[in-house]
Amino acid sequence: MNESFLIGGMFAVTFSVRYLLFAMAGKIHFPSWLNKALEFVPPVVLMAIIAPSITMPKGELWLSPLNPWLLASLVAVITALIRKDLLTTIVVGMLAFAGLRFGIGL
Amino acid sequence: MSTVYTAINNAEQSRKREFLNGASATFPLLVGAAPFGIIFGTLAEPNGLSALGAILMSLIVFAGASQFIALGLLAAGASIPIIIATTFIVNFRHILYSANLVSKVKHLPHYWRAIMAFGLTDETFAAVNNRYLQQGNLTRAHWFYLGSFLAMYSNWVLCTYIGLTLGNIFPQMQDWGLDFAMSVTFIGMVIPYLKNRPVIVAVLVSAILAIVSHDLPHKLGLLLASFAGISVGISLLMIKNRSSKVGESK
Repeated sequence: MNESFLIGGMFAVTFSVRYLLFAMAGKIHFPSWLNKALEFVPPVVLMAIIAPSITMPKGELWLSPLNPWLLASLVAVITALIRKDLLTTIVVGMLAFAGLRFGIGL
Repeated sequence: MSTVYTAINNAEQSRKREFLNGASATFPLLVGAAPFGIIFGTLAEPNGLSALGAILMSLIVFAGASQFIALGLLAAGASIPIIIATTFIVNFRHILYSANLVSKVKHLPHYWRAIMAFGLTDETFAAVNNRYLQQGNLTRAHWFYLGSFLAMYSNWVLCTYIGLTLGNIFPQMQDWGLDFAMSVTFIGMVIPYLKNRPVIVAVLVSAILAIVSHDLPHKLGLLLASFAGISVGISLLMIKNRSSKVGESK
């Protein structure tokens, strides 16, 4: 019973946020500066999710060459810059992480 | 008569092509999302969400980050209204994504827009954004969106189920660090955007603020960092455009 409220409530807020502007599309017009600002959205929002998850994987800031999350991210960045292929970046990054954590035991 | 038939046939084929292109453009993102879905499944029961609840949450809510946060809050004993409020804040970033897509959906009927809204995730937005940035015929690009959404959706629900099963077999799985899969996927998605100084500075500002404000309640730091990064980025862009105009007029 409690779980139905939880899931129903989470659906209601998630879907409203996702649907609100789509429902009004055609009736609203954004000024050009706002459209330009929205072009920054994808990298900026993704980075706001990534940064804490790799620098504070255990809840506290861990800026050290022994942090496997940070090291494997560095490997992923370099791979992305060289190969420019998403699948390669993901696979190499995950292998690097697995190697550091379970191979070397960081 | 036969030309009409050919036109319909072509339209159907290009819908199918868009749909399949959308699914295949999303394939790399599935690889990154799969481990994330699996750990959501493994974490559900230890954190106090039933197996049925976990599957229903993936089917009905379909929002990775907030589903994780909901588990954390459930385990911490947070009340349901608090979890729902936090979900709202964490998913508020989707309004930025939908704002970006408004001009592309305004010609579509409302049932299409509702389906697309339900399927709006970080990954599908990134895949579809690349599609819209391409030149060419965009009249059936919503089928590309549908292909991307259904690939993500079926993958997410399936991985939740796999996680529920694996979690019972390997209870220590939650310590393996599978959540890194999401970070590395997002890194691969961010790098291609870093082409000029305003974007690079905006991303750095967002990263630093997200770390500094990480302890704010309800994950408000995510929003704070996003808005700060976007504001800095657009300001730098405007300064850059203004100074290049001044340069031209001399």
